[in-house]
Amino acid sequence: MAVRRTIVGISSPRELEEALRAAYYLADEELATAAYLALALGKPLLLEGAPGVGKTEAAKAIAGVLGRTLLRLQCYEGIDAAAALYEWNFPRQMLALRQEGEGAGHIDIYRDEFLIERPMLACLRHPEETVLLIDEIDRSDHEFEAFLLEFLSDFQISIPERGAIRAYERPVVILTSNRTRELHEALRRRCVYHWIDYPSPEREMRIIMMRASGVSERAARAVVAAVGRLRREPLAKRPGIAEAVEWAEAATLLNEEGERWPDAFRRSLGVVLKDEDDFVHVAPKIDVILAEAQA
Amino acid sequence: MTDTARQLAPFLGFAALLRRSGFAVAPEQTMAWLAAIELLGPSGIADVRRAAHATLAPQPERFDEFDALFDAHFLGAVTWQSETEPSEEEALAADDAGGGPEPIFGDETRESGAKATGAETLSARRFAAGGDAETLNRFARALPARVPRRRGYRWRAARSGSSIDARRMFRDAMRHAGEFVRTRWRKRRLRQRRIVVLIDVSGSMKERTQAHLAFAHALVRAAEAVEVFTIGTRLTRITRALRRRDRTTALAAASLLVADWDGGTRIGEALGNFLAIPRFAALARGAAVLILSDGLERGDPSAMRDAVAHFARIAWRLVWLTPLAAGPNFEPRTAGLVAVRPFLDELGDGAAIDRICAHVLGLAKARAA
Repeated sequence: MAVRRTIVGISSPRELEEALRAAYYLADEELATAAYLALALGKPLLLEGAPGVGKTEAAKAIAGVLGRTLLRLQCYEGIDAAAALYEWNFPRQMLALRQEGEGAGHIDIYRDEFLIERPMLACLRHPEETVLLIDEIDRSDHEFEAFLLEFLSDFQISIPERGAIRAYERPVVILTSNRTRELHEALRRRCVYHWIDYPSPEREMRIIMMRASGVSERAARAVVAAVGRLRREPLAKRPGIAEAVEWAEAATLLNEEGERWPDAFRRSLGVVLKDEDDFVHVAPKIDVILAEAQA
Repeated sequence: MTDTARQLAPFLGFAALLRRSGFAVAPEQTMAWLAAIELLGPSGIADVRRAAHATLAPQPERFDEFDALFDAHFLGAVTWQSETEPSEEEALAADDAGGGPEPIFGDETRESGAKATGAETLSARRFAAGGDAETLNRFARALPARVPRRRGYRWRAARSGSSIDARRMFRDAMRHAGEFVRTRWRKRRLRQRRIVVLIDVSGSMKERTQAHLAFAHALVRAAEAVEVFTIGTRLTRITRALRRRDRTTALAAASLLVADWDGGTRIGEALGNFLAIPRFAALARGAAVLILSDGLERGDPSAMRDAVAHFARIAWRLVWLTPLAAGPNFEPRTAGLVAVRPFLDELGDGAAIDRICAHVLGLAKARAA
């Protein structure tokens, strides 16, 4: 196991936590430890958690800290190697053949210029400049997961016309999953794992204060309390951190335009609850929730 | 050398403890954990714990159990063990059923000479071809067009398709002096999704099991990828027995395999056993899972709830059909069904064969809607 103790001057979870904070991402100790271990051990980092807890944001922040480009591969049902790895640029290949046909030369249509790089290949070719984010892996099919397994254990892919391409150093790979289905044991095993939970009220408040502009501490506190309460309701879509930030911003804006406080929250509820059924479910309780939150 | 071994012992011991407690820990993960501990230059037990979380990757719903084991092993606290100790009554029941190193599932390799053990009575049942024969025949004819499907992963050459098969076109071109004669297409074939049927054969389902098996037989014969299991006090795979063409002999062969007819109900445990065997659990992955049961679980339904929640996470679609459901607006009352309701894609009427058939035929459509 190739271990790198220091990565871009970061040699402990605490230092990574600080660097992430400088990149406007508040990580807790567990996340900082997992991320540091993934980087140091050269293993992929698997982040699981409910939608909206900041998994993708974490990946962006890590890429920022490392000073690398983030290559994002969004998974979907039916995703295949052509979307993830590479494709041949068929029209250009054909054009090149036509042009060459008029002269009497010789042309290799499997050269780099005819290869369309997709995120995974791009990451293998430039491991020192990129972070590969494989987003929402739980949406893809099982075959794709199996294919990924191969990629993640050897960091190598083979192109029939070209032979194997191997990363000359272990690339940084981050996977996220909303856990709509269980990932294969073998995949979890390959990765350093972290379950991102909803943040503690204290931390969520700090996130809001950091991310939202011009929100008073009192408003932030109320939003955190109300959102925490809403997350305990059986909702179809529970509000994430981004929703909490937006709510604080929206309510503050309404308040500045002369709306009184509880009404400012109530009128901007649309940025938190984005499902009609959830709205109907919460409507009778919202006054109580807001009153409690502001207390 | 021995020094290192002594230093490593507690950590390897913890990995072994986790395995004994049903956590899947690979050697690869243990090594990553040790490397992580060294890397963190642990300043306290919290670092060791965090490293364990990150590298040994317990499932989120087992975090508490994991932490309790960690505390017990490294801090000497004894909390979890006592809780999981089976109660006296349960231990007795398990003794009755097992008595020895009884396999937790009956496999098809066991011939008709399977031993009857304890409270379970082996009773080979006779099946007559049921009165639902006509319904099942119609079902078998309708099924091939309406099985749930998924898009395959590999590309196949096709007469028309969604993507150009460049590789074949270049090969063709070489044969025709560099001219592209015609466009070749490729597409991804649709494959049938596996259907997994779990049939409750406990005493309370006595009247229905025969019809359910007949239905399973029709399903196995008509679709490509189907797996059928019976659940009662134990788990039995009967797929291969049901592959026989003739319904009467198929049902007779299946009935010989099942050793727990009309026994008690431990659905939660049987479902848990299904998931604990990797090659069975793999069958349910991405599959349409159909459970035919009344969900009358004796005692605490928490085992059943956990197993069903796990099923819901690996299956493509989880349908529970109960004979107790009357009408489309059925709301469950029994503790077991109430507990599992949130995890089901559908809880429906399984009283009559034609209702069950309709549910299966509707699987493909229900998801699209």
